[in-house]
Amino acid sequence: MNPIKKLFDNIHPYVEEGGKFHAFRSLVDGFETFAFVPNTTGRVGSVNIHDAIDSKRIMSFVVIALLPALFFGMFNVGYQNALACGGDMTDYVGMFLYGFLAVLPKIIVSYVVGLGIEFVVAQWKNEEIQEGFLVSGILIPMIVPVTCPLWMLAIAVAFSVILAKEIFGGTGMNIFNPALITRAFLFFSYPSAMTGDATVWVAQDTIFGLGYKATDAYTAATPLGEAAQASFTGFTPDTIQNAITGLIPGCIGETSVIAIALGGLLLLWTGVASWKTMLSVFVGGAATGYLMQALGLTEIQWYEQLVLGGFAFGAVFMATDPVTSCRTECGKYVYGLLIGFIAVLVRVLNPGYPEGMMLAILLMNLFASLIDYCFVQSNINKRAKRVSIKK
Amino acid sequence: MSKLFSVENKAAFTSPLNVNNPVAVQVLGICSALAVTSQLKPAIVMGLSVTVITAFSNVIISLLRKTIPNRIRIIVQLVVVAALVTIVSQLLKAYVYDVSVQLSVYVGLIITNCILMGRLEAFAMQNGPWPSFLDGIGNGLGYAAILVIVGFVRELFGFGTLFGYNVIPQFMYDAGYQNNGMMVMPAMSLIIVGLVIWAHRAYNKEEVK
Repeated sequence: MNPIKKLFDNIHPYVEEGGKFHAFRSLVDGFETFAFVPNTTGRVGSVNIHDAIDSKRIMSFVVIALLPALFFGMFNVGYQNALACGGDMTDYVGMFLYGFLAVLPKIIVSYVVGLGIEFVVAQWKNEEIQEGFLVSGILIPMIVPVTCPLWMLAIAVAFSVILAKEIFGGTGMNIFNPALITRAFLFFSYPSAMTGDATVWVAQDTIFGLGYKATDAYTAATPLGEAAQASFTGFTPDTIQNAITGLIPGCIGETSVIAIALGGLLLLWTGVASWKTMLSVFVGGAATGYLMQALGLTEIQWYEQLVLGGFAFGAVFMATDPVTSCRTECGKYVYGLLIGFIAVLVRVLNPGYPEGMMLAILLMNLFASLIDYCFVQSNINKRAKRVSIKK
Repeated sequence: MSKLFSVENKAAFTSPLNVNNPVAVQVLGICSALAVTSQLKPAIVMGLSVTVITAFSNVIISLLRKTIPNRIRIIVQLVVVAALVTIVSQLLKAYVYDVSVQLSVYVGLIITNCILMGRLEAFAMQNGPWPSFLDGIGNGLGYAAILVIVGFVRELFGFGTLFGYNVIPQFMYDAGYQNNGMMVMPAMSLIIVGLVIWAHRAYNKEEVK
C-alpha cells in the first residue's frame, strides 16, 4: 500500500467527530484530497455530473503553469540585484539562489496566512476545506515587488481572503480575483511600497551572505514607469528584447514574456484556460495601443504594450480565471477585449497609474456576470421569438 | 418620574442604540457616515449635531403633530429640520470653526439625512413630545456610535493618530510600519461600515431578522 495513503488512513480516526484532534479535521481532509482524488460520491437520488478532473487537479495545473514564470522571476531578482550593485554577472546559480531566498518568504507568508484563514473558516462552518487558495497563494507573491515587506503582504492576503472571498461564500463564489484584490489593497494602502518610481523593484540587500548590498539606494523604474515620465521618447530595442526575455525590473513573476508563454501554452493545452479570453485580451490591448499611437497620445508602440508590465501575466493567468471571468462563449470575447482596451487606456491616459492591467481586470470582473446575463438573455429572446412565430 | 421612564419610553431610547440601530440595521445615513469619518473629531461632532437636531425636531414636530395638515406634513417637517440645521451649522462655525470646515457641506446635508425624516414620520407624528425626544436622542446616539467606531478605526490606521495626537509610537515607524492609505479613502469606510454591520448581526442573531 502506498505509504502516504497509509499515513492518512492512520490519522483519520483521530480527526473524525469525537476524535482527539477533531479541530484539525479540515486540515487533514484538505491535504488528503490534495494528494488523492476523494473516494466519496454525490448523494444518491440527486443528479450529479462529474468531470473526471476535479478542481484540485485543475488548480495543480495552474500552479505547474506558473512555475516557469516563478523560477524565472527568482532568477531575475538575483540578476537585477547583481546589476544594480555591480556584482558578478556570470554567477547564474548565485543569482537564482539569491532570488529564491528573496521570494521564498513571500510564498510562505502568502500560503500560511491564506490557507490558515481558509482552514479556520472551513472548520468553523464545518465544511470541507476549499482549494481555491492553492493558486492565489502562488499568484500573490508573483505580482508584488520583491521589496514588499512581509507584514504588508500578510495584511493584504488576510484582507483579500476574508473580504474578497470568504464573505462571498468561498471558492467559486468570489466576484473578484483574490490575488488581484491583494495587489489592489497593497497598491492603494501602501503606494510608496508599490509604485514604479522608487527603489522598490530591485532587492538592495544581501540575504545570508548571498547577493550584493547596494551602497547607495538604487533607483530603478520599470519601463512603464519610465514611459510615464514627461521626458520619455520611446523605448530602445534593447528594452523590448529584455522585456521579452524578462530581464527588466518589475513584479517578481510578471517580467518574462517567454516564461509566461510557456505557462500559457500548458493552460491552453490542458484546456484549463480559455483561448478566447486570452486572445481577445491581446487583441484588445494591441488595437487600443495602435489607436493611441495613431492619435499621438503615446510614444509606446502597440506591440510594446503587450510585452511590458503585467499585461502578458494578467492576460494569461488573471483574466482567464474561470471563476471571475465570463462563462458564455461570446461573453469571453467581450470581456477580454474590454480588459485589453481599459488596461492600455489607463496606461496611456492616466499619468498617475503607469500600469492599468490590475485595474482593468478588476473592473471587468465586476461586469463579467452582467455580460453573461446579456448574452443569455438575448439567446432566450431569440428562441422565444422563434417559438412565437411558429404559433 | 416613574412615568417619564416607563418601559416604552426606555425602549424608545435604547432600541435604536442596538437592535434597531439606524445605520447598522436600517442602513440609513450611510452617505454621511462615509464622508465625515476619516478622523475621529469630525465624526463625533457630526454625531452630536445629528443627535441634537433629531431630538429637537422630533419634539417640535411632536408638539405640532395634531395641527399639521396631513398633505403638507413633509414640507413642515423639512422647514423645522432646516431651521435647526441652520442653527447648528452657525454654532459650529462660531465655536469649532476648523471642524465645521472639515465637515463642509455635510452639516447642511443633515436636512436630507434619512434618519431624521424617518424618525419624524415614523415616531414623532404619532407620539408625545417626551417619548419623541428620547427617540431622537437614541437614534442620534445610535448613529453617532457607528460614526465613532468607523472614525476610530480610520484615523488610527489611516493617520496613526487619535483626535490628532500620535498614538502609534515612533519605533513602529522606524521598524518599517506605514500608515494605511486606503483607510483615508471613502471606499474603506464603506468596508468598515459593512464589517460593523456584520459584527452587529452576528452578535444580535435573534433580534435582527
